[in-house]
Order: sequence, then C-alpha cells, then structure tokens
Amino acid sequence: MGVKLSVEQGVITACIDGEIDHHSARGIRERIDSAVEKTTPKTLNMDFGGVSFMDSSGIGLIMGRYKIMRELGGRVNVINANSTIQRMIKLGGLGRLNIMGDTFAS
Amino acid sequence: MKIKVKKSSEVKKPINEMRLVISSSSANESFARTAVSAFVAQLDPTIEEIADIKTAVSEAVTNCIVHAYRNTIGQIYINVRVFSGGRVCIRIRDTGCGIENIPQAMEPLFTTGGSERAGLGFAVMESFMDGLKVRSNLGKGTTVSMEKVIARRIKYNVGA
Repeated sequence: MGVKLSVEQGVITACIDGEIDHHSARGIRERIDSAVEKTTPKTLNMDFGGVSFMDSSGIGLIMGRYKIMRELGGRVNVINANSTIQRMIKLGGLGRLNIMGDTFAS
Repeated sequence: MKIKVKKSSEVKKPINEMRLVISSSSANESFARTAVSAFVAQLDPTIEEIADIKTAVSEAVTNCIVHAYRNTIGQIYINVRVFSGGRVCIRIRDTGCGIENIPQAMEPLFTTGGSERAGLGFAVMESFMDGLKVRSNLGKGTTVSMEKVIARRIKYNVGA
C-alpha cells in the first residue's frame, strides 16, 4: 500500500497502490503534497491503476490536490480510474472539473 | 382496542447473523469492511455488489471514527443479518456524540470534517445500497441501518 512518485519536467506522476480509505489517505496525501511543494509542477497525474478499493476519502484526496494545483496555476489529471472509481468521482461531482485524463490499460 | 399479535411464522427471522465489535481506530476500517464482505460472500454476490457493500461499510465506519468519537477511541458495533431472498441488513452503531441535524448531515458535500473530507459518506451509502436509515441521539450515539438485496444467481442453501 502506498504511492510511487516520479518527477520530470514540471510533471509529477503519483501511482497510487492498494486501498484508499480514511486511514491510508493521510500517508498518500502527505507524500504527494511534499513532492508538489518541492517541485511546484504544472501537472499532477494521479494514477489509480493500482487501486483495489476506494471510498469517499479518495474524493477528498483528489479535491484537495485539485485545489493545491489550481493555486499553483497547474492541473490535476486522474488516470487509469476503473468503473467503480469513476462512479465515485461522478457522485462527488468531480466530473465537471475536467480532470479525467486518458485511461490506459494498466 | 385490538392488538394484532404476529404469529412467529410472520416475523422474519434472519437465516444467518454475525456481530462484530471493533474499537474506533482508523486501522480497523479495512478489517471491518473485509469482515462484512467475507460474511456476505455466502450469498454469492457479484464483484460489484461486494464493492458496493465494502464501500458503504467503509463510509459508515469512517463516520464513527471521524465524527462520533472525534478521534478518541470508542466501540463500533457491527451487525449483519442475512434473510431469505438474498436480503442483507447491516447495522453499524456507535455510542459517540450523535448527530444534531440528520438531514443536514446527509446532504451531499456537507461536512464538519475539514477540507480533506468530501462530505459524501451518507450519499455514497444511499447510492451504493438499496436502503438507508439513520437514527441518532445527541450525546448517546448513532445507528446506521443499510440493506441490499443480493440478486440470486445460483441456488444457495444457507441455514436451511
């Protein structure tokens, strides 16, 4: 369970792995935020390809990062979200934020 | 005044039941939803039905941890009953602070949990389950009752 971060030329890609709930969201959030703080990227890719479970804590995670990236004048891309995660994103009203990136087969 | 006494055959009895008491540590969220989904597995649910139940349980348990006990440690009582026809009733109860305004708490996006909470807990339970009831007493606690009917795909025999 955790998050793998890769940084290159203004783009941070965070590959999240395992289950996202209230308990695990804090650690994921802290790792992403410290990387964003250090490198102030233009784009934050949040890759959900390795996520096996997500409750509404995942929506809080995306929303919080969206706000931070907007303040930096950048954007968030949500990629590889499966149908269950997409349903949760829709329910959270994040569909209108234009954050859904490409979904590649993982 | 006539009082109709229900015959015992009319009172629906569960065909199986489980109870679980956990302390409200966030490390137990994963255990709680996994235990409930393992118990419900006897009804041969689809992967999607299991994901729905896991998510709803996770939301209810998180509410107990974040709101009812406000990050102090209390007990969370989980009760799952299975009825004939594939109906599953899940009750999640705490003895925490209670909810002052239930309709407001159930409104999507309303939260008292700070900027990292989406305020979607009850909305998720409502949309992922077939029924949701919330009862609460200020200072005494909250009981969330949810139910879902697991579509019968194959014949099963539980407690017959």
